[in-house]
Amino acid sequence: MAITRSDVEKVSLLARLQFSDSELDRLTGELAQIVEYVDHLSEVPTEGIEPMAHAVEVHNVFVSDEVMPSLPRDKALANAPRHNDRAFLVPPVLG
Amino acid sequence: MSQLYTTVIGLEVHVQLATKSKLFCRCSTQFGAEPNTQTCSVCLGLPGSLPVMNRTAFDLSLKTAVALNCVIPKFTKWDRKQYYYPDLPKAYQISQYDLPMSSAGWLEISDEKGSFEPKRVRITRAHLEEDAGKSIHDEAAGKADSEIDLNRTGTPLLEIVSEPDLSSSAEAKAYLQELKLLLTHIGVSDCNMQEGSLRVDANINLHIDTPEGKIATPIVEIKNMNSFRAVERALDYEAPRQFRVWQETGQKIGEAPKQTRGWDDSAGVTRGQRSKEESSDYRYFPDPDLVPVLVTDDQVAEARKSLGELPADLRNRFVQEYGLSAYDASVIVNQGQGVTNYFEQVARESGDAKSACKWVTQDILRLLKDGEQEINAIGVSAANLAGMISAVNDGKLPKPRAKEAFELMLSTGSTAQQAIQELGIEQVDESALVELCRELLDKNPRVVADVQSGKVQAIGALIGQAKKLNPNVDPGRFREICLELAMESSSSE
Repeated sequence: MAITRSDVEKVSLLARLQFSDSELDRLTGELAQIVEYVDHLSEVPTEGIEPMAHAVEVHNVFVSDEVMPSLPRDKALANAPRHNDRAFLVPPVLG
Repeated sequence: MSQLYTTVIGLEVHVQLATKSKLFCRCSTQFGAEPNTQTCSVCLGLPGSLPVMNRTAFDLSLKTAVALNCVIPKFTKWDRKQYYYPDLPKAYQISQYDLPMSSAGWLEISDEKGSFEPKRVRITRAHLEEDAGKSIHDEAAGKADSEIDLNRTGTPLLEIVSEPDLSSSAEAKAYLQELKLLLTHIGVSDCNMQEGSLRVDANINLHIDTPEGKIATPIVEIKNMNSFRAVERALDYEAPRQFRVWQETGQKIGEAPKQTRGWDDSAGVTRGQRSKEESSDYRYFPDPDLVPVLVTDDQVAEARKSLGELPADLRNRFVQEYGLSAYDASVIVNQGQGVTNYFEQVARESGDAKSACKWVTQDILRLLKDGEQEINAIGVSAANLAGMISAVNDGKLPKPRAKEAFELMLSTGSTAQQAIQELGIEQVDESALVELCRELLDKNPRVVADVQSGKVQAIGALIGQAKKLNPNVDPGRFREICLELAMESSSSE
């Protein structure tokens, strides 16, 4: 399948990324190459083969419901671009 | 309006499961903690961290799915639902897409007042996913920064999706009440709406009969309803609104994108929000960090066994075993497990289910409504109420004075025996009663004459006097004896 410039625009909007026109041109080419490469997989005959939901044959991995200490708040907020010592701060969000 | 269109409603309910720790990490799920004090590298989505599934969260989901009569597939997995929002630190939510842990169930609803026919509401699916964090917006100006609290991030949620089988706000409310009753009964969630443990989104549209045939209006999803009452009001507002819009625009389903509207409770209106992203926009794919879960028939059977008696079973049993009316059985069971257990204890210990039902549905429920107190905090324990009913049935407590005894027991927490003593209630024996009747009839020849001439109600004047002389007099019995004596004296004359 071919990647078009409007596909890239749509995906960048969903990912909340803003690109200039020249960046969009470049990314369209690069993404098209990646998708083309992955498309080779479609050459493998898969008829009658059950799809896998996971790459490893492991299932039912659980832990028991016990509370362990959380991070101290200053540590939790440490990587935030902006915070007020109690909460992460982001530009005003509407609803 | 109802003849102009039919309303089609489906509900999406998110319930927070009653686990101590989060779905994929061991942070506490306790409500009300200081912002951002219950987070770790997993729920903050820091690089290199890995989620591991909480066993209790899965078990509670399975229990709920079985209680909702769902089909439980042998294989289930988790997927990433990608979207950008400040309260979603990983920029994806771990949810379930094409292979949810349950599907195709049902929940039966009815209305004891009969405002709609009982119906089986189909459940599309119930799946286990993680919650997002909370955004605290600057409501006043909308200009200051929004604060993000990630304590709730990663809390286990069960999303329960109904088919569009509901056709009125009353049915929607009944569905929610029955669902809440069931979930609290089996102990999988506290369903506390104030704390966000139960959240409801509604999908609604109209089917309209037109000369060109039946048409459907575009589906609207309503959010931000914080009580069952709000759900009811929002649906009652939204249906006629869609009808007005259709009259103006003629827009049918498919001609406009699905819209999301928020309920404004104080204004009593729904308002348009962003138009809904297409489901493919979420770019779901299997989460490579989590392994699938296989469920055996034995596990499903085990979950089914752990359910015990469900509310619907209880209602049936109360009708069969105690001879209650379907209405009374519903009134009691719908109050929740506390009241249900209370009633059963009173019925069993007194051996008089009819009286137990009457006292519980009238006096006890009034107290619960008045004081908003819990059944366990009520001054009259089930054992004491049973004792009081027995005392009435054994003739130790005259029926007309039972209320008085009840009030005293309520305020002092005493037993029926103590209340009877404190109120100085003694049984008046028959001969003393006859004596009292004679005495009063002798003093009131006028009353005797009235009775003899057919004015039986004249006796009423004597009942008051009798009670003054002896408060333990049973007015009914007193009346009977007086009438008998008065008539006797007439025939002997």
